[in-house]
Parts: sequence; structure tokens; C-alpha cells
Amino acid sequence: MTLLAIEHLGKRFGGLQAVDDVGFTLARGAIKAVIGPNGAGKTTLFNLIAGMLSPSSGAILFQGQPIHGLQPCQVARRGIARTFQNIKMFHGMSALENVMVGRHVRTAVGFFGAMLRTPACRREERAIRERSLELLDFMGIADCADTPAVNLDFGRQRAVELARALALEPTLLLLDEPAAGLNIYETAELGRLIGRIRDLGITILLVEHDMSLVMDISDEIVVLSFGRKIAEDVPEVIQRHPEVVKVYLGE
Amino acid sequence: MSAKEFVFLPVMAAVVLVQLFTAASDSAYYLTQLTMAAYYSLLIVGLCVLMGYAGQISLGHAGFFAIGGYLSAGLTTRDLLPWAESPVVRSLDALGCLNHGQDLYGAQLLTVAPWAAAAAAVLAAALVALALGVPVLKLKGHYLAMATLGFGIIVYRLVLASEYFGEADGISGVPGFPLLPGLTVSGDSAGRVANYYVAWMVLLVAVLLLRHLIDSRPGRALRAIHGSPEAADAMGVDVARYKLKVFVLSAVYAALAGVLMTHYNGGIGPSEAGVMKSVRWVAIVAVGGMAHLWGALTMGVLLNFLSLRGVFGSYDDAVFALILIAIMLYAPGGIFSLLPDGRWRERLASLARRGKSGEAAP
Repeated sequence: MTLLAIEHLGKRFGGLQAVDDVGFTLARGAIKAVIGPNGAGKTTLFNLIAGMLSPSSGAILFQGQPIHGLQPCQVARRGIARTFQNIKMFHGMSALENVMVGRHVRTAVGFFGAMLRTPACRREERAIRERSLELLDFMGIADCADTPAVNLDFGRQRAVELARALALEPTLLLLDEPAAGLNIYETAELGRLIGRIRDLGITILLVEHDMSLVMDISDEIVVLSFGRKIAEDVPEVIQRHPEVVKVYLGE
Repeated sequence: MSAKEFVFLPVMAAVVLVQLFTAASDSAYYLTQLTMAAYYSLLIVGLCVLMGYAGQISLGHAGFFAIGGYLSAGLTTRDLLPWAESPVVRSLDALGCLNHGQDLYGAQLLTVAPWAAAAAAVLAAALVALALGVPVLKLKGHYLAMATLGFGIIVYRLVLASEYFGEADGISGVPGFPLLPGLTVSGDSAGRVANYYVAWMVLLVAVLLLRHLIDSRPGRALRAIHGSPEAADAMGVDVARYKLKVFVLSAVYAALAGVLMTHYNGGIGPSEAGVMKSVRWVAIVAVGGMAHLWGALTMGVLLNFLSLRGVFGSYDDAVFALILIAIMLYAPGGIFSLLPDGRWRERLASLARRGKSGEAAP
């Protein structure tokens, strides 16, 4: 069953066609990777799906509904969470508070309720805290809950970012180069984590440079080059795909 | 009561102790400046949440203070008798929003009741903040500072130029604000102690509400916007909407401060709307440590008290400007970061490390 459908998607920046007539679908429960050399349009594609850019042409359908042109916060409310290539922690907040922000769209208390600390607010606050602690525990970093997030090492920040994204209870999780800046051990650990997240029933789309990770965890791979899709298949086929090899290794 | 709320107890104790001290040492006149400092601090804690927690700067908050103060002053002093037959005035009168009184010479006087004037003034400030916030909160950093500065200048020139607001003289003869039977917000020396407690109660309740806000869903959303607007947006926080809400909230705090101060002082003048006042408020929030509600409150009370006592003399504005420069250069984390358990320890540690690695090097 299709969860996300990208149809003839295009994005033009002035004279540059960053994404050119790209189309693919993502089945519910799958892990799909988008790879390609630098400048292939991977991050642009990601930002189009996450609502940070609106497409010049084409459509993005999530659960059959068009989501292109929505604001990022509206996309998030539909159940799409994301992480960032260069981790974006909320500075001035603890690891736990960072994850608690992830509960935003699943909770409702407003300014008045919060300022007056109504019983409903207290109840909700307790639930947010419990759920966020569970998620930190799931990521194996419950001991860092009260540490300022920016003081954590890179691997743990990545885990906090994942926990924050999971706190949104996403149907679809977008991971923008999750292995960037991680060493091989941390990358291997990340691979296991992504597997566990999929086991929760969450569909995953990732952009990644680290081939070992991509080949390990992906069900299918989309290859972009100069904004166009040049291949889409299972990892074993992509590894031997002549055009992909050409793009990555040269002629 | 959480640990963060526990702080209120010693603060309340200090408020009472200060009053008892002034009573014992026959120096109750200090309470007047402490009352005024508390009202100014009401504006400052609101600005602290806007700047320190939500990360939006405003150089126009004296403008919101002035909207609150001037509107409540104008409405409670300007005679409505010439319009007594107009449907608007008649229906206001029927609703009990108007006071029938006498002026100094015994002539009939029809004015808006203080509570109705206060409600109108605070509502007006909220609406102005809403109308101003929609376009200007799209701006970031110094562009937002410039736009709010422009707003502050407009309010200043408007009150200075309009006859209704008393031009350069401002408005005087503002009546007291009756809170309860026998309790009125006014500068009457008989009610000095009561007014001191009223001001501090208002301030502490206002801080408690902000404290609750900061440690809750909307407060975390605001802090997330400060931390990373893109990530907050991606987590489903409607960034524009939240910025607007906190801007309006801080404007309401400022306007309420203006209303209460004006009734306490019995008047308001154009210097309250001046741009230098806005700069002063920003300086105080910065000295307090930006994202530090108690720091802002402490410095708000201390510096305003000193200023109102005339300690800085005619160099008043210069002192605040100097404080702003000094704090930016030497303690951008606020004055409390210089305390022994603050940054000095970190600095010493890093110096020690550097010293050690220096020794280790050949």
C-alpha cells in the first residue's frame, strides 16, 4: 500500500533545475533511501517533501492527499517528522525538553491554560514527560535526560533528534543524512536503531551518503543525478547498475 | 509546589522584610520607588519572555507602556460631558462604565471609570501589537529591532503632538484605581504600604504565570523557536503564530504596567514613551541574563530603584546605555553569569587547562 507518492516533481532555482521530473512511491512500512552524488538534488527533494520548499511542478501525495505547498508545521501535523543533516538541537533546553517539543502536535494546551496551570495542563504535562522519557530510554540515552542537549556528543545528539522526531508519532520519518559525522561504530548503532524504528511500524525515507548503511537497511534505493532519477531498485541491483556505477566512479 | 516555584517563598519573604525594615527605620518613602520599580519590572519580565525565551527583540516596548498609561489617563480625566447626549456615551453610561464627578472647581465632569479605561487601554495595546506583529515579526534580528524602534518613535511623537494626550506636559490629575473598598492604587501617602504590597503581588503573580508558561507546551514551543526556528517548524510549531502570541502577551504586560503606574503616579508624561526608555528596558533584560526571569526581575527592580532615587543624576540615560555596552562586551550571559558558580569557574578551568597544555608543550 502506497504511503507517499512523488509525481513528476520539479524544482527550479533561477536557471538551475535542482529536481527534474522525479517520481517514485513509498510503500507503508518500507525503508527507502535516496542516494546520489553531491548536488544531485537529494536535499532539495527532501525539503520539498518536508514543506520547506514548494515545488515548481508536480505533486506530492501523502496518504492520497496532496501535501506540496503546505508549511513545514502543517506537514508535521499530517504525521511526517524529520531530522536534519546538520543536527538542529534546541539550545538552552535539556535533552528531555527537546524531545518534549516533539509532542507539540499531539497535545493541545495553549497560552491561557499553561499560564493558569489548569488541571488539564498538569495532566498533559505529565503525559508529555512520561512519553518523552520512554523515547529517550528507547534510544538508550535516558541517563542524558537533564543534560543540555548541545552539551551531548554528536552521536547522542543524533539520538535525541531521533527521539524528538518519534515523539511526534510520525507515520513517515524523513532522515536527512543521519550518519553524517558519525564514526563507523555509531553508524552501525544507527542502522540498528533505524531497524527498530521500522519495527514500530514507521515508514522511513532517508537521504544518505554512507553506502554501507544504505545497502544494509534499505528495502529500495532511488538514485538521483543532476536532479533526475536514474535508477530505482533493490540494493543488490543498484550496486551493479551500470549507470549508478558510472555516476559514482566515473567512466 | 515545584522547585522552580519554591523560589517565590524567599522572594515574598524579602518583600515583607523590606517593608518591615522601612517601617522600623522610618524610611517608608523608599516604598514609593520600590512600588514604581515593581510596575516597571512588570514590563521587563514580559519583555524578558519575548527576548530571552522566544528570541524576538523589541525596541518599542515603551510604546506599549505608553499606550496603556496614556489611554487610561486620557479616558479617566478627559471630560465627556460635551458628548453626553451621543448614543455611544449614553450606552457606556448605562453599562456603568462612566463616572460622574466634579473637577477642582466643582464643575460637572463625566469620565470613563478606571476599570473600564484600563480594560480599553490594555485591549488597545493588544490590538496594536497584533496589527504591528503580523508584518514586523516576519523580520529577524536587527531588522525586527529597527521596525519596533520605528513603532516606538511613532507612539512618542503621537503623544507629544496630540492635544488630547497633553502634548509636552502629558496628563496629570489621573484618579486612583479602586481595587477593593478601602484599597486604591494611587500615590496617596496614607496608602503607601498597601500600594507597595499591591504592586509586588501583581508583579509576583505575573512572574508566576510566565514561569508556568515557560515550563509548558507553548513555552517550550517558544524556546524551540529561539533554539532553531526550522526545527521548531518541522516539529509542527506554527512559528509565525507563536511569535505573534508572545509579542501580544508582552505588549499586554507592558500596557498593564503603564496603566497601574499612571494611576499610582496620578499622571504620565511623554518621557515614558521615549525611545531611551525602550533601550533601557532592553538593557535591563540583557543585564538580567536574557533567558532568566528572576535575573530580569532583580535587575529591573534594582536599576529602576536606583534610577528613581536619582542615584544616576542627569546621566540616567547615559548610565543605562553604558550598562548595555558593558554587558555586551564583558558578560553577554548577563550579570549573574559573573557569579562564582557561573562563568568565572568555567573561565578559570579553561585558563588552567591552557596553562597546563602550555607547560606540556616544549
